[in-house]
Amino acid sequence: MEYRNRRAWLYLLPAFAFLLVFLIYPLFDAAVYSLQEGYNSASQSYYGVGLYNFSYILHDTYFLQAVKNTFLMVIITVPISTGLSLLIAFALSSIQGLKKLFQTIFFLPYVTNTLAVGLVFMILFKKTAYTDGLVNLLITRLGGTAVDFIDGPYWARMFVMCFYIIWVVMPFKILILTSALASVDTNYYNAARVDGTSAGRIFFRITLPMISPTVFYLIITGFIGAFKEYSDAVALFGTDLNKAGMNTIVGYIYDMLYGDSGGYPSYASAAAILLFLIILTITVGNLLSSRKAVVH
Amino acid sequence: MNRPLNCLLEGLGECSWGFPEAPALDSFVRDNMKITLKDLTKKFPGRSRRESGVTAVDCLNFEIQDGELISLLGPSGCGKSTTLMMICGLLTPSDGQIFFDEEDVTALPPEERGVGVVSQNYALYPHMTVLKNITFPMGNLKGKDRLSREEMNARAMEAARLVQIEALLDRRPAELSGGQQQRVAIARALVKKPRVLLMDEPLSNLDARLRLQTREEIRRIQKETGVTTIFVTHDQEEAMSISDRIVVMKAGLMQQAGKPQDVYDDPVNLFVAKFLGTPPVNVFSGEIRSGQLYLDGDDSPIFPLDCDDRKVWAAIRPEGFALDPEGPLKLALRGIEVMGRDISVLSGHPAFTGETIRSIIPSVENWRGIDSAGGSVRFSLHPGKTYCFDRESEERII
Repeated sequence: MEYRNRRAWLYLLPAFAFLLVFLIYPLFDAAVYSLQEGYNSASQSYYGVGLYNFSYILHDTYFLQAVKNTFLMVIITVPISTGLSLLIAFALSSIQGLKKLFQTIFFLPYVTNTLAVGLVFMILFKKTAYTDGLVNLLITRLGGTAVDFIDGPYWARMFVMCFYIIWVVMPFKILILTSALASVDTNYYNAARVDGTSAGRIFFRITLPMISPTVFYLIITGFIGAFKEYSDAVALFGTDLNKAGMNTIVGYIYDMLYGDSGGYPSYASAAAILLFLIILTITVGNLLSSRKAVVH
Repeated sequence: MNRPLNCLLEGLGECSWGFPEAPALDSFVRDNMKITLKDLTKKFPGRSRRESGVTAVDCLNFEIQDGELISLLGPSGCGKSTTLMMICGLLTPSDGQIFFDEEDVTALPPEERGVGVVSQNYALYPHMTVLKNITFPMGNLKGKDRLSREEMNARAMEAARLVQIEALLDRRPAELSGGQQQRVAIARALVKKPRVLLMDEPLSNLDARLRLQTREEIRRIQKETGVTTIFVTHDQEEAMSISDRIVVMKAGLMQQAGKPQDVYDDPVNLFVAKFLGTPPVNVFSGEIRSGQLYLDGDDSPIFPLDCDDRKVWAAIRPEGFALDPEGPLKLALRGIEVMGRDISVLSGHPAFTGETIRSIIPSVENWRGIDSAGGSVRFSLHPGKTYCFDRESEERII
């Protein structure tokens, strides 16, 4: 037993070594930086040790804006994208003909580049000197007033942002949910049908519990992914996210490191540690609630 | 709707299940019912234009009487499960009709037919407890049939007691043995008082000992509830032991229907003769010449027959052989297997179609001498256990 244990550890060693060097050590390092006040990477020097970095970013309006943006994106996009994906996957698994064609169409956004999708969204939403964008054209046609979605009011920008995120994350979720739905044994459905179970009751009492592990997997990874949102915001609003008022926590970290206002690794580390703690808390909460709700 | 409650109040001892003298008391069956299949046909289309379709069930006609347990028996792919699926409504027939009593249910969706189904893998909902599984079908009742939670639980208890799983109600299906899952599936099928119970290979996931026990159990439950039952199986022993009547099918066609013993004793064709019985019937190629049956390669006849001259398959049941030193059938002795109650004589013959001829002799007969008979053994044949089938059509001649 002792020998087999040692052998198991040996097999784990390569992966473990990489994790240690590239994940665990940096995390530890970031925690150290976040406590070193005014750390300078060039001179490797700092003034003192304390919580000043945290205090600074928590009083930084840009950071607070980024936190607000990120939380809004998470709260809006995760439930909507998961719910919509579930609906679409369910519809996809119910249709008879052209199933493969529709599955391919719904998966296409996943293989499309984020920035390319961003370009399409620009055409749809951006107001320029020549055009108000396709969506505004529709709005005015229907009797509404045009809104500038890219440079206009906050809610409009947030709407486009969430629309975009949902659009981008859905294909993967649909794919996973379609295969989860396909893996439910048809015998259960047959048994339920013979018993006269309504479609709604079949979905909520049989299908949903059966695929609940997958749904929770998607919710948990969805939360994590949305908290780490950054590139989609860049695709829509460009690199100066602070000016656009659409920065995210990851964007703030990047700006603090490399952006025009960059060069502050201590602040970046403090923000990174806060993000880490937020994600950790939410994920643990998710896992605990899933333990109650999910049937394995 | 409070009949099950009465039953509970009256206690275990008073609870009788559809016995003739107490018909009003808590039978799980709404009313016994006759099922008639008329020209029932199911064709599955081919996948491409070049590939022709498959006729899974071809013009099936038969009647199942009130409270009867009938088995659909046949090798895999013979259409027995397809027939069952059409009766329960999950498959639509290509042609023909299904009647429950006088009512044509061919176009009715499954939920309006009042059938209970037990499938091969039981399809118990893994995320629900046994009790939830059993009450689930009752949760679908609407309008005036709607039951309160107490009524549902009472009825579930009643069904659980019938199949003897009262102690397991709080468990999940994964925590049950195969046999227990089977009982839960039966309870779930019976709890909505079906007019007919359909069972699709319900025993094939159980080990041999449990299968024997469970099939007696199914028979008991069926007798107690009196529910008309259709039982699909490929195991002839199972079908023979459990059924009032069996229907033997092959390639979508009904071969023969009748009481198990009648079908066994009087097969209409070679397929039925070969399909029923363990050890299987011994088939020889042979010929009828001037009223006598000759096995190919033999000079002397083995059996007198009143029939035209022709080539035949001669089939002899293992129990159709009687040791007889003067007997007409001479076989090359290969060995003897002693099984206590009887012995089985293994022998060979050039005209035999299989490997080893197996004949079963009761051990009360004096068989100890046959070893010394110089490598051969002689039998005379029981008339009722020897059949002849036409060589071409394989239909029974005599």
